[in-house]
Amino acid sequence: MGSVIALDTLFDQRRVWKGNAVRQTRGAHSTGLEALDAILPTGGWPESALSEVLLHAEGSGELHLLWPTLARLTKQAERIVLVAPPHVPFPHAWLSAGVDLRWMTLIEASSKDALWAAEQCLRSGSCGAVLCWPANADDRALRRLQVAAETGQTLGFAFRPLREAVNPSPAALRLCLETRPSRVSVLKCRGGIAPDTAIPLMASH
Amino acid sequence: MRWACILFPQLALDGVLRHREQSEVPLALISGTPQRRVVHALNPAARALGLKSGMSLTAAQALSTAFETAEYDLGAIERWQAFLAAWAYGFSSQVSLHYPRALVLEVESSLGLFGPWPRFEARLRDELAALGFRHRITLAPNPVAARILANAHDGLAISSQSELHERLGRMPVERLGLPRDVATAFSRMGLRSFRQVLGLPRDTLARRFPAELLRHLDTLLGRRGIALQCYLPPDEFDARIELNFDVESNQALLFPVRRLIADLAAFLAGRDCGVQRFSLLLEHRSLPDTQMPVGLLGIEREADVLFELTRGRLEQLEVPAPVLAVRLVARDLPEFLPERRELFDERPQQNLSWERLRERLRSRLGDEAVSDIKARADHRPESAWQAGEFRGSTEALPSAQCRPGWLLRAPEPFTEGDMRILAGPERIESGWWDHNDQCRHYFWVETQSGRRAWVYRPLKEGGPLLLQGWLS
Repeated sequence: MGSVIALDTLFDQRRVWKGNAVRQTRGAHSTGLEALDAILPTGGWPESALSEVLLHAEGSGELHLLWPTLARLTKQAERIVLVAPPHVPFPHAWLSAGVDLRWMTLIEASSKDALWAAEQCLRSGSCGAVLCWPANADDRALRRLQVAAETGQTLGFAFRPLREAVNPSPAALRLCLETRPSRVSVLKCRGGIAPDTAIPLMASH
Repeated sequence: MRWACILFPQLALDGVLRHREQSEVPLALISGTPQRRVVHALNPAARALGLKSGMSLTAAQALSTAFETAEYDLGAIERWQAFLAAWAYGFSSQVSLHYPRALVLEVESSLGLFGPWPRFEARLRDELAALGFRHRITLAPNPVAARILANAHDGLAISSQSELHERLGRMPVERLGLPRDVATAFSRMGLRSFRQVLGLPRDTLARRFPAELLRHLDTLLGRRGIALQCYLPPDEFDARIELNFDVESNQALLFPVRRLIADLAAFLAGRDCGVQRFSLLLEHRSLPDTQMPVGLLGIEREADVLFELTRGRLEQLEVPAPVLAVRLVARDLPEFLPERRELFDERPQQNLSWERLRERLRSRLGDEAVSDIKARADHRPESAWQAGEFRGSTEALPSAQCRPGWLLRAPEPFTEGDMRILAGPERIESGWWDHNDQCRHYFWVETQSGRRAWVYRPLKEGGPLLLQGWLS
């Protein structure tokens, strides 16, 4: 038997890789859900990257997931841009969620132009967050969005149908929204293995 | 005071050449009556063919046919001179068009802004080269001397009176800007340089020559002042480029449009103003002109930005017929306020400001595509929001009730049968005053898939449940 080495020192020196990587720092972009922040390796939304939210249909709680982030950004006078949203964002609800509408802009575009507009907004670096709904975007289009988000150091959000979960994606974070019960699970997160716990999102009635 | 003279030795030729993409093609400017057309000016490539100015057109065509021709247009020369004066007005408030094909401007008061004269001169030369005009620049203590020195020199800068005497003394008599008969008389008298003329007694000069001679010599040496009329820039910009062939594709229009916009930017910089809307007119042979208005949200004056925005609109324009000429008109020239930027920007990589980005999006997607959204104090969901341009105005809103985050653009029949009512009915009845009377019962329901929908039943019309929105 050699000398006894305490496990703690090995972990502290980061010489042993643990499958469930411990969170190092508190992220700059908290999701607003503490339970979700806790299981993400970045401690929040991945900075300057594209995050993908997969959902069954609009109204599955995606606004509930994002409103805290959008409210925080608009309070810091960062602009958020909605590129070709599927429906009209009803201002009363957005206001009561704390979003300052003066910093929110809508862009109407056809599906092809929407990708271009989203890329321009992400790349410009003058927006805090860009939300887009790429309907049938392929891997290349998503990669462009991811690179644009990196260049412009902007949070990018892409909402895509649930059936895309089986296809690989270049997004740094992939979340999957379930509605019954309402919860969010992580499909992929850069910098760690995706945790298999699901976080409850909306309280059920 | 120190005066600079910028002489344009081939203003007419440069004015024609700068509208063409290939300047190496031989080009001759033709003037004269239809019976006797004479070659007036030539570019180096045409001169290499053996053409000479003063030659008749038929003689020139006997030598070679591989050259292009354009009309020698006196009106165009005046327009170019006025355009250059507008450009020079950005550097000095005293610009004069007193001499043909030359500008005289007072520069001493501008040296504080544009640096010492060598740097100032280099900047003038750079900008003129970018605009496409050949030039000679001289500097002298008085405007007449500057103009006369430009006859023989380029880049000469004279600061003192004694140096001026010295330099002018060496000028040949023919180059002094004297009337031709006076100059001939001097040379026949054996007087070759200006110094020899100055050596003559004044009273004999006054006796033998017209009175203008002594006056000209005195102003030249700065002993007598000269009143120059100063140039005042016009209040609007209007420029036109005639294309030398019918243009059918938008791509081929980009070069002349780029030139026009560069001219507009030079004009705006000279007047220290910007532009918010201008229109581009494409002239056709028989149809009325195609108008392409370009409206910006902010005030701009940089050539690159203006060109990019114009190009975005031009590429989407459908032109009904070939284009003969392009004209750019800007009537409203508001004051330009440069954009304020933080010295220590939080986002150092920010390479495009929001205003620029918005213009770029608008130019491709259409003017209405980019909008803000605002809540309105109305209970009816359709009237409770408004999209458009707002500058931070808000209305007092009715008390917050649970409202959906997504509102459908138009209500749809709610088809899901298996549902659970969560809340309701909430009655919304309003709008009798604007002929959009509504009386509805709203419910919050949970669908089978677990989404929460906002549905209503119209009370007066009856009928099935209609879906209006989704919770979030």
